[in-house]
Amino acid sequence: MTALLRTDGVSKAFGGVQALDGATIEVDEGSIAGLIGPNGSGKTTLFNVITGYERVDSGHVYLGGKEITNAAPDKVFAAGIGRTFQLTRVFSRLTVMENMIVAAQHHERGQGRLRNPLARAGGPATRRRAMELLEFTTIAKYAGALAETLSYGQRKLLELAYVLMASPSIVLLDEPAGGVNPTLITMIADRIRQLNERGTTFLIVEHNMDFVMGLCDKVTVLDYGTAVVSGPPSVVRTDPKVLDAYLGTAEDDDDIPVG
Amino acid sequence: MSRLSRPTLIRLGGLAVLLVIAVIFPLVITNALYTQFAVDTLIFVAAVTAWNMFSGFSGYISLGHAVFFGTGAYTVGLLTIHWKVIGGTIFALLPLGGLAAAVVAVPFGLIALRVRRHTFVVITIAVFFIFQLMAYNLAFTGGNQGVSTPFFLWNAADYNNPFYYAALIVATGAITAAWLIRNSRFGLQLLAIRDDEDRARGLGVRTMRTKLSAFIISGCITGMIGGLWWFFIGQALPETVFDPNFDLSVVLMGFLGGVGTLAGPVLGALILEPLQQWEAITFTNGFVAEISLGVIFLAVILFLPRGIIPTGKELLTKWQAIRERRGGPTPGTAAPAGTGDAAAPSTSTSRTGSIR
Repeated sequence: MTALLRTDGVSKAFGGVQALDGATIEVDEGSIAGLIGPNGSGKTTLFNVITGYERVDSGHVYLGGKEITNAAPDKVFAAGIGRTFQLTRVFSRLTVMENMIVAAQHHERGQGRLRNPLARAGGPATRRRAMELLEFTTIAKYAGALAETLSYGQRKLLELAYVLMASPSIVLLDEPAGGVNPTLITMIADRIRQLNERGTTFLIVEHNMDFVMGLCDKVTVLDYGTAVVSGPPSVVRTDPKVLDAYLGTAEDDDDIPVG
Repeated sequence: MSRLSRPTLIRLGGLAVLLVIAVIFPLVITNALYTQFAVDTLIFVAAVTAWNMFSGFSGYISLGHAVFFGTGAYTVGLLTIHWKVIGGTIFALLPLGGLAAAVVAVPFGLIALRVRRHTFVVITIAVFFIFQLMAYNLAFTGGNQGVSTPFFLWNAADYNNPFYYAALIVATGAITAAWLIRNSRFGLQLLAIRDDEDRARGLGVRTMRTKLSAFIISGCITGMIGGLWWFFIGQALPETVFDPNFDLSVVLMGFLGGVGTLAGPVLGALILEPLQQWEAITFTNGFVAEISLGVIFLAVILFLPRGIIPTGKELLTKWQAIRERRGGPTPGTAAPAGTGDAAAPSTSTSRTGSIR
């Protein structure tokens, strides 16, 4: 298997905080990869660096062998990386359908369609595809509603749906199961599996261990901005370094004042 | 025509009636004072609409549109004098005023649009003051004497009419442009930027290009309006064409009617500009108009933060919902079936709150 997405020694500091410290991860084509680690271990920063929201201090990012280090977010999206946010970010004062059409802009431009910027947003093909994806994510009945009227879980689904508009080769999900009820979590996991069977690769940041361990082929553990362990869920789960990362080492315990 | 739904037809009919009224207005009301009010009002209708197609759609609140207004006024003024243009052909210079403003908008936008929200507002104000200072101090602007129009040998009885119709054309053009943008791919990109710029960028929207285009188009129209205003008032002074009150009025009119809507800014201008003019002639104290502007600003922020149009629509929806609950669906309020949207039934109520 070849790596579709690869970061090579990526470092990023915010002032004195080293958020990423030579993080090297690989996501195999066609896989569902998990990225776990304690709070502040650099998971979201790594997502931001990959998708162009933050610039790297050093290191490289590759997509399918092509370097995309420090490419702007719109370029990264065009290259085939879709991404959702930890706190969902939808266009709240646009309708659900309009949200979908915004994400289709690049797609339509690529088809040579709509050279005229004053043309109506969203051609029939775009709208049809948007409806399919909204049906796939079970929110089709809200197509005409303003996105701000959706519940938190529904917004997560909308974010997933519009990211899929551009048929990305890999989707980065930042806590897809966070703050969502158990039924919906099962549904989201189900949808991710279906998409994966159709060829979409996933990289998932998640704190819900059952979700990650049940879904992912490979899990990478990030600690202090460095990838410490990487492997199948069963191996990672029992790795002492992972337990250290989550529970703290014996040395760390000494620092806790008694009483 | 069969593609147009009934509400759309009613709306288009209403607009046609309004346009006809606007066209015959100076023929019926010939009092020069009122036609002067009307010209001023149309100028502001156009200015707020131009401001709204950038600030309202993109969410970047500009307090520096007077830069374009003044640039247009000075450009048209200096060219009129330099080329000795007289008669009706003066209006042919307006596009040049717009062009000059558009040229100014490029570096202005490239700098100011790198920052957001409050910082953006502050930068637009700063650029505005730089332009006012330049108008005072550069050699070709006439300093604090400004630039005066040549004497137009027009019939005194309907002197305002050429200006009225020129303003009506500019205002209609601005509204049409805003409508085209609102319904286009470009407009949707602007609205996406307003809601979440970084997210829009991450979905392939080329944000800088989109924002800058809107800024230039908006500036261009404002420049033409500035030129027209110069012809009408007869003089451009640094403090009258680069006037902070212009920006405040435009923003207030936008907020009063509803920023980001099409009808809101027009309504805001139709309410506030005649009020301002009336106050200016009724009260000998010239500051009454300015003080009332401040009072209205506070009132809008406190009671109508979203503006008349969005709040009105919301109230209407609530009222309809209450009536439907009481006595079943009334014939007038039943949702028209098959408006061509692939939306489920549940959307008919929720979409009323939408900004359009």
